[in-house]
Amino acid sequence: MAISIALSVMLLLGVEQLRIQARENFTQSISGTDLVVGARTSPIQLVLYAVFRLGDATHNIRWTSFQAVAAHPAVAWAVPLSLGDSHRGHAVVGTTAAYFEHFRYGDRQPLAFSAGQPFADVFDAVIGAEVAAQFGYRLGDRIVLNHGSGGIGLAEHADKPFTVSGILRRTGLAVDRSIHVSLEAIEAIHLDWQGGAPMPGVSIPPEHVRKFDLAPKEITAALIGLKNRAGVFQMQRFVNRYQGEPLLAVLPGVALDDLWSVVGVVERSLLAISALVVAVGLSGLVAVVLAGLSERRRELAILRSVGAGPRVVFLLLAIEGLMVVVAGAALGVLGLMGLGALAAPMVEEHLGVTLSASTLTPEAWRLLLLVMATGFAVSLVPGYRAYRLSLADGLTPRL
Amino acid sequence: MSPSPLAIAVQDLVFQWPARNQAGFRLSIPRFEVERGERVFLQGASGSGKSTLLSLLGGVLRPQPCRLRVLDTDLTALSSSDRDRFRVDHVGFLFQQFNLVPYLSVRENVLLPCRFSRHRRRQALQSASSLQQAADRLLQRLGLDGSLARQPVTALSVGQQQRIAAARALIGHPELIIADEPTSALDADRQGEFLDLLLERCADDRVTLVFVSHDQRLESRFTRSVRLDDLCATTPC
Ligand SMILES: Nc1ncnc2c1ncn2[C@@H]1O[C@H](COP(=O)(O)OP(=O)(O)O)[C@@H](O)[C@H]1O
Ligand SMILES: [Mg+2]
Repeated sequence: MAISIALSVMLLLGVEQLRIQARENFTQSISGTDLVVGARTSPIQLVLYAVFRLGDATHNIRWTSFQAVAAHPAVAWAVPLSLGDSHRGHAVVGTTAAYFEHFRYGDRQPLAFSAGQPFADVFDAVIGAEVAAQFGYRLGDRIVLNHGSGGIGLAEHADKPFTVSGILRRTGLAVDRSIHVSLEAIEAIHLDWQGGAPMPGVSIPPEHVRKFDLAPKEITAALIGLKNRAGVFQMQRFVNRYQGEPLLAVLPGVALDDLWSVVGVVERSLLAISALVVAVGLSGLVAVVLAGLSERRRELAILRSVGAGPRVVFLLLAIEGLMVVVAGAALGVLGLMGLGALAAPMVEEHLGVTLSASTLTPEAWRLLLLVMATGFAVSLVPGYRAYRLSLADGLTPRL
Repeated sequence: MSPSPLAIAVQDLVFQWPARNQAGFRLSIPRFEVERGERVFLQGASGSGKSTLLSLLGGVLRPQPCRLRVLDTDLTALSSSDRDRFRVDHVGFLFQQFNLVPYLSVRENVLLPCRFSRHRRRQALQSASSLQQAADRLLQRLGLDGSLARQPVTALSVGQQQRIAAARALIGHPELIIADEPTSALDADRQGEFLDLLLERCADDRVTLVFVSHDQRLESRFTRSVRLDDLCATTPC
């Protein structure tokens, strides 16, 4: 009985925790970025692929467009991002050293290196903490990038391996699961490619790539920091009205709010379902206690004989129910933490959400209190029934 | 005010059970008295109202206005919670069977009245340094050894359970013990044994005992025997 309550509480709090922590995580990832710029698409999609490496970009933007935006006097810094390749399931991000300098997350923290430094050579790569941990990469290791992202069986850029030049400290964000290389590197590995496949008969060995013009022609998106946040709408308008090609500038916070309002329906129904499961668990408790009461009429009579009034009997039964609820809830919280600790790596890998299993969010605490209050309220039912029984039975229950 | 020599004084008592199927059972007793220290055998056929009378004496049920004094307390004048209080302070109860709370230990069962009554607790501590000691001593005097104290009560025999129940009734020296067929679930040998122990304890502590049974063979061991039929008014008063 306590188990079923424990499980239902686990579900309820689990859903709630996941919801809140996912939001927190997403919000943390963009704390330092004022605008995300990319090709014209839906704002949510742009933020998802540019910031969270979820989904794919449909269009790129020209390097010249990026330069025009970056040169705007209101812009403090601009980080270009070139996405599309991957390494063993993790996103490869072509960018510049500005990324390590300007990217901010959480409480406006900068990225930090746990080893090595930003890429200096064309074939240098800086890997996130999770990538390093998962594959055991160390500084100086050679890695091969895949063309495209997603599934297995992708074509490899096997002829142009990269050397790990730096490993970033863990952030709990998408950065941990990314491989960062220079924009030039992205150009270089695609020199002998065309339309997603190696050009037949053409092979340019790595030692020769430097003879080519490796200046980027296209990027996927850009993160923009402004000198003064107040100018953000003006800047957004500037980008959206850019003449050269259709661009889109998004305030990541606004896009996330949009996302939440979409996801909110699902979240709320999930929460409602879990609440229903809790309700079922609690009514099960009441049913079991009620069913057990008729067998406990002797016990009630004994209590009456030693001076327990009907009101005491009522309280005893109510408290008994409450204790089962509290025990169940406590068990549920412990179970959730255990499960959270077990599932956190999986969730992080698939959803990019870092779970902290050991703490309950204030919202979860509120839900927990609500469950217990409801538990106490429903425990009044068997309490009242026992009260009636002990009044009717006195010392001699008719069995 | 010196205590009256009567432990129980009943006059013109009428109690009517609410009708269930047929007309509700009606108990009416013109007069019934028990002196302090008496050990009374109350005899009557099944369904004659013995348990009902005991509940009235214990203040669980409330009669229609009448004279109902137990240990110099007018039970008709007390509120129900005062009667609960009176019951645990002054009366020990013994039932036929399943006398113990299954999830409590032997000791906890014995000490149950002390949980609900400060009076009983204080009395129990007068002759013992701790409640545990008081319980253990009483159990010992009822022929139960200490190894029992740690077993779950459901694992005990009916005879052992009844002795534990007796210890619970006796702990903290209540002035009145009310026993409702406590021996009817025991076989003949155990009955005698149990009765000996109970009567001995009551005699030692000068406790008034009202003992209900429909088994006439036990009658001779009490100071007085009463038939409920003789007490009752044939015509309702
Ligand atoms: N809780 C009750 N509710 C209604 N009627 C009752 C209740 N308890 C006993 N009675 C009635 O009182 C009558 C006497 O019962 P009881 O006092 O238990 O007799 P005894 O103990 O002598 O066998 C029964 O016939 C029954 O109909
Ligand atoms: Mg009876």
